[in-house]
Amino acid sequence: MNITQGHWWRSDRGGQWLITVIAVVTVMVPVLNLVVPEDSVFHLSTYAVSLLGKYLCYALLALAVDLIWGYAGILSLGHGAFFALGGYAIGMYMMRQIGERGVYGNADLPDFMVFLNWSELPWYWLGFDNFSFALLMVLVAPAILAFVFGWLAFRSRVTGVYFSIISQALTYALMLAFFRNDMGFGGNNGLTDFKDLLGYSLQLDSTKNALFVCSGLALIGGYILCRYVVSSKLGRVLVSIRDAESRTRFVGYRVEHYKLFVFVLSAMLAGIAGALYVPQVGIINPGEFSPINSIEIIIWVAVGGRGYLFGAVIGAVLVNYGKTYFTGAFPEIWLFFLGGLFVVSTLFLPQGVVGLVKKRTIKRQGDGHAKKEALPETDGHTSSKEVSS
Amino acid sequence: MSGSLRALFVSFLALFIFSSSLSVNSFAQELGFSEHIARLAKSKLREKAELIDLIAETKDPRVPDLFEDLLDGDLYYIKKTGQIVAIEKVESGYQASDVLSLKSLGVVGKRSVKKIGVNNALRRQLRSYIATFNLSSDEANVRLEAAKALLKAPEASFLPILDTALVAEADADVRSAMVIARSAILLASDDAEQRLVAVNGLRGATDKKVMTLLEQLLLEDGAGNSAEPDERVRQAAEEVLSSLHTQARVYKVMEDLFFGISLGSVLLLAAIGLAITFGVMGVINMAHGEMIMLGAYTTYVVQLLMPNNIGLSLVVAVPAAFLVSGLFGVIIERSVIRFLYGRPLETLLATFGISLMLQQLVRSVFTPLNRSVITPEWMSGSWEVNGMLSLTYNRLYIIFFALAVLFLLIQLLKRTFFGLQMRAVTQNRAMASSMGIRTGWVDAMTFGLGSGVAGIAGVALSQLTNVGPNMGQAYIIDSFMVVVFGGVGNLLGTFVGAMSLGIVNKFAEPMIGAVLAKILILVFVILFIQRRPRGLFALKGRFVED
Repeated sequence: MNITQGHWWRSDRGGQWLITVIAVVTVMVPVLNLVVPEDSVFHLSTYAVSLLGKYLCYALLALAVDLIWGYAGILSLGHGAFFALGGYAIGMYMMRQIGERGVYGNADLPDFMVFLNWSELPWYWLGFDNFSFALLMVLVAPAILAFVFGWLAFRSRVTGVYFSIISQALTYALMLAFFRNDMGFGGNNGLTDFKDLLGYSLQLDSTKNALFVCSGLALIGGYILCRYVVSSKLGRVLVSIRDAESRTRFVGYRVEHYKLFVFVLSAMLAGIAGALYVPQVGIINPGEFSPINSIEIIIWVAVGGRGYLFGAVIGAVLVNYGKTYFTGAFPEIWLFFLGGLFVVSTLFLPQGVVGLVKKRTIKRQGDGHAKKEALPETDGHTSSKEVSS
Repeated sequence: MSGSLRALFVSFLALFIFSSSLSVNSFAQELGFSEHIARLAKSKLREKAELIDLIAETKDPRVPDLFEDLLDGDLYYIKKTGQIVAIEKVESGYQASDVLSLKSLGVVGKRSVKKIGVNNALRRQLRSYIATFNLSSDEANVRLEAAKALLKAPEASFLPILDTALVAEADADVRSAMVIARSAILLASDDAEQRLVAVNGLRGATDKKVMTLLEQLLLEDGAGNSAEPDERVRQAAEEVLSSLHTQARVYKVMEDLFFGISLGSVLLLAAIGLAITFGVMGVINMAHGEMIMLGAYTTYVVQLLMPNNIGLSLVVAVPAAFLVSGLFGVIIERSVIRFLYGRPLETLLATFGISLMLQQLVRSVFTPLNRSVITPEWMSGSWEVNGMLSLTYNRLYIIFFALAVLFLLIQLLKRTFFGLQMRAVTQNRAMASSMGIRTGWVDAMTFGLGSGVAGIAGVALSQLTNVGPNMGQAYIIDSFMVVVFGGVGNLLGTFVGAMSLGIVNKFAEPMIGAVLAKILILVFVILFIQRRPRGLFALKGRFVED
């Protein structure tokens, strides 16, 4: 296959569009919420801001999953675990910020520890008073877990289905563990009742908008980073691992190193998404570890278009908007709809919405080389071909 | 005594009374019995004691039940008429039945009756009479139970009764139970010699109660004085106690093993269908749990359809669940999965979607609430091996059931033509197809078989857990663990995998708690897969990917 790669950024038309849209949204949403007066038609409610902020976090999470699934062929059914770990890390910081304002008024211990009659803070809570430390943990905790798990799995060549199943077991085990009160993470109820972040009250509209802007910026940054990785030489090795792992190994690449790198990177992105998500929804509990959540991420990517980074973003926003709409309007139908979406997208949309649109475009342009493969080589390649034709 | 037996007994009694009107003696006795009972209503406690003696002397066959009711506080009298009735508390109020005619009087108001009170002295008196009746019963079972009951509450007053009964006893089991009960009573004797005999008599008594009795004997007060003054008795007691402890440990291990095997059987049942759909066909069937759920709901529906034959309902439910789940399986295979062969990760997504739809379907049809499936009588209760070990019947049956299902499946795969076709298609689809095997049909049937077996598992699981729309979710991850651990494409591997995970789980549970045990198992399997990526029993041969 003849790969002619364009410039890693200039050739990515879809990505450029997406970044532009996100950038506009990131600027416009706070303006519409804060500047436009409330009685105006163009005013955006604070609720909508938080909702959109949630979608952006999901989009970043989907991006992280697409990076490993779409480009390295690693189907992780446990990515929700990294998301939740990031969320717990920032949650722990915010728990410490509550200080004396808790129900029990204990400055040294979070409420649930007082409730459990604990006398002092467990060692793993130390340092979470410090924002920079918590921020570091948002990255480090998922990274360590991903490194250990990935190192074990990739080294012994656990691939495909087997990897999916043990990654699901991982998140399930974590869920069971976090449900235990003895773990010191609030058990069933998780961490909640947050008051403020860096001294800014979470109730304030301005804080919510700031969090929204951070989510938008994180998504843009995450996208550019992923884009850079997949169009680098490393990214092309990843694609070859996805398409023919053994051959790549025989050619002389240390497959497990590549996979491990991208897996850890993806876990860190998921952790950031979780850390931005938790202040916006105000709670983190062990339910976030549930295997169902992790599978749902996969469907966002599948619907949007696996192997197209901007497809993952589109898929996450589309499916979650659908979820918000259906669970509000027809709660009974939601699961039928979501289930149907899974079936239909695997049967008829192997490349998701983006794939569908691309196919149309290519047809219209009369390019007879439209490939029948399940996945694009890299989207950079496909789009560069479009440009040249 | 159950209601129908009582009725039968009454009709016999009536027949007897009317037909042999010559038997004046019995008639007089009947008169005495009813008269004494009628006086129970408004007599003082001291009078009641005499009355109880008088009633016991009549040797009327209704006496044991009457005394049991009186002891349990179920004997009342109707305020207006003074009629003595036995009360059974039901939801709508008090269900009364006459103690003389044993006829039901229907539900009566709580205010219209008054309880016949007893005090502790009377209770003791009643218990001793009941023990006498039961110990001299014609049925060995009743005598055995009576002897065991005496062990639970050993009192010196029972000693003469026990001695009389021992002389007459012929059955060896009942005899040894009586000897143990007698020894337990004698432990409280004033005579050290007797206590020594008693302690030695308790050797080999497999009952936890005996252990506590001996422990009490060896209990020391604050000053270091033992409850037992005699040195020899203490030594003997210590010796017997330690031997009992060893025995108890052995039984504990056996019990853990039983629970482990029973959990293993549950895992086996849940996973075996998956071993076919995932292991043999390579379809990651996330809807597998929902096939189990459909089987459980089929059981519920079958029980709704035949409410008078609950005992039989499970037998009917097994083939019904197989058909329902199997049919769903065939539909799913034909409509979705057949387009996805060779793309295992995508079967995962599609079947997960199907599982969501099935859950919502059940939620819409049966409401999200849990449904209660009735456990038939032959499955409830437990098999008391001895005082230290009892095995519940439902778990026992499920073990046998799981093994039977496994055996039948292996036979089906190995010995039938369908099994041959199935194995041929899994091993080499193209070759099988060119030999004239209808691969599409075999695929559909295989998937149907795997789903049907999951349905059967649902019938069994409906006896152990709640039946609700989410019940399948609880088993799906465990099932995958078992199949992956045992080795894909190998039913025997699934068996070994299920049993070892079940047993390890149950042995770890008492040490670290249920949740940690489960986490431990998950981590263990994750690590195990690193060592042997193809499971315990990997298929040998040229199976190389790419």
